[in-house]
Amino acid sequence: MSEIHRPEARVEPIDSTIEPVGGSATSKTKKVEEASLLADAWRSLRRNPWFIVSAVLLVLFLGMALFPQLFTNNDPRECLLGRSRQSPSAEHWFGTDVQGCDYYSRVIYGARNSIAVGFIVAIGTFIIAVVLGLVAGYFGSWVDAVISRITDMVFAVPYILGALVFLNVLESRGVREVAFVLIIFMWPTMTRLMRGSVISVVNSEFVLAARALGAGPITIMRRHILPNSLGPVIGYATVFTGIIIGAEATLTFLGVGLQLPAISWGLQLSDAQPFLQTVPHLLLFPVIFVGLTVFAFMTMGDAIRDALDPKSKK
Amino acid sequence: MTESQTSTGFTPGTRPGDAPLLEVKDLQVEFRTKAGVAKAINGLNFTLHAGETLAILGESGSGKSVTAQTIMGILDMPPGRIAGGEIRYRGEDLLTMDEESRRKLRGRKIAMIFQDALSSLNPVLPVGWQIAEMFRVHRGMKRKEARAKAVEMMQRVGIPGAEERAGDFPHQFSGGMRQRIMIAMAIALDPDVLIADEPTTALDVTVQAQVMRLLKDLQTEFNMGLILITHDLGVVADVADKIAVMYSGRVMEAADVYEIYGKPGHPYTQGLLNSIPRIDDEGGRLRAISGLPPSLTDMPSGCPFNPRCEFATDRCTTERPELRLVAEGHLSACHYAEDVYAGTATRTRRPSPTGAGMIAGSEEAPE
Repeated sequence: MSEIHRPEARVEPIDSTIEPVGGSATSKTKKVEEASLLADAWRSLRRNPWFIVSAVLLVLFLGMALFPQLFTNNDPRECLLGRSRQSPSAEHWFGTDVQGCDYYSRVIYGARNSIAVGFIVAIGTFIIAVVLGLVAGYFGSWVDAVISRITDMVFAVPYILGALVFLNVLESRGVREVAFVLIIFMWPTMTRLMRGSVISVVNSEFVLAARALGAGPITIMRRHILPNSLGPVIGYATVFTGIIIGAEATLTFLGVGLQLPAISWGLQLSDAQPFLQTVPHLLLFPVIFVGLTVFAFMTMGDAIRDALDPKSKK
Repeated sequence: MTESQTSTGFTPGTRPGDAPLLEVKDLQVEFRTKAGVAKAINGLNFTLHAGETLAILGESGSGKSVTAQTIMGILDMPPGRIAGGEIRYRGEDLLTMDEESRRKLRGRKIAMIFQDALSSLNPVLPVGWQIAEMFRVHRGMKRKEARAKAVEMMQRVGIPGAEERAGDFPHQFSGGMRQRIMIAMAIALDPDVLIADEPTTALDVTVQAQVMRLLKDLQTEFNMGLILITHDLGVVADVADKIAVMYSGRVMEAADVYEIYGKPGHPYTQGLLNSIPRIDDEGGRLRAISGLPPSLTDMPSGCPFNPRCEFATDRCTTERPELRLVAEGHLSACHYAEDVYAGTATRTRRPSPTGAGMIAGSEEAPE
């Protein structure tokens, strides 16, 4: 064996303080950029013009839903048949509807029910998706198989079909009933997303490392898997809120959603349908509002998803 | 040092009168794959004492990491399956223990460091938080107290400005610093056994040396048993006390570091040492071991190294050599270990010119 194979000839004692000296210099300048995940996401959101646009729209619509009085002084339920189907004017910005109610105030007041359905359904499905997705993705094997097959079965039923069947048999249908039925039929997509997201994290090295250092299943799920898999689901939940607002309008238009005397965009669309040729603005205004709300939620969802996904960073 | 001394009763590095910290006996691990059952570990034996550094050396696929994961109890089962053997920690068999008591050993008594520190740290949690979690989960400490301990651990592993940096996230650290954080987490609870699975493979050579030095210092300070898993002969030479050379899921040779580097008693070890590029060897070819490690689903009969061995005879293809003593504290699993050890073994074959296998004949391959 040559000289080189003798251990004592190999390595001089190495000063393990070399790196620290260089490191302390950099630690002074590091305050420049704080970088928690949320701070990071917020920074990239602020720079995104689409986020600004959708945020302004959402604030506007949420304001309408919470405090409609701020936007109009007219009572939407004060209807005089004598001024039925008037065109937009200085007094009635959006004209009046068939019953002679001020259409502007009715559209404003309609925001509340539509957005309420959207939020309730989005939060409900979010909870279901996170719990089921986490359990299925983490435990795998038969637990995953059972949950995934049930998800597939529900996914196979079109929500409109399911909602038509269920809501038709209900005597009175309010926000609660419509939201409930929508949750029942619309949770699978988000659950699948969550499951996939969890599976991609479960096999990552830091989960293995956490196990190797003695973390139990609950700790691993809560601290390691959940925060790393929520990003895409949060983004989708926001987009989903927009989808649900559209779905509520669809169901109501089909006559199985909210009922009079409730005020909602879907009901306005439904009522306006027979007068499409004579008074088209009755259809136009609620359509614009539904469209803008859905657009705002979807754009916001995309922006949030991009901001929370570390891989999409430039 | 005679033929009659077989492996029974001996495990590498057994020191009389000193209870071993960790003892692996005839461990067998299999994986069910589409191609059949892959035997990742076939009868592995080794012993680890307090304050001792055992390097497990082997090329890719020799079962090093599976060994580590089996000891930690984090092997994915299925597809993995422990087909036999025992792993004794202070005399207690880990493999028959229930999962909850094993979990309590992990981190507290037996801890592990992984190869890639960046992917081994949770990207969304501050590093100080992750170290503090060790104290909170295992010791039930309060947040503030645990954080103070975490900062203390960060200082201990040589992270400058630990107090300010505890709130930083893994991606804000350099590779060497990340590995230090991983080490801080692993030694936080003062474990008896530390398994380091290729701890320096993802690092620069200069940082490698620093991290190895740190591991060595901590080991001395805490009197830990350190299992160092690596494929890098250079990393091992400086820090290991004993070396176990693995091939095809078995220990082929185990001895003190000086013995292994000075007088290898197994043709495989010899081949590994010969394949290190030498500074005094001008312009020559690198002497690689020809051929490839055997497929785990289709092991050669007899000695697993026989298709690649220069000294192989008919006996090597039929009879499996067991680990036996060839010199004081030096074990080798070769039928001709004494001859190899003494440097008098007769070459029966030489590498084929294509480098793909061995052909009969004793001359050196023409350059």
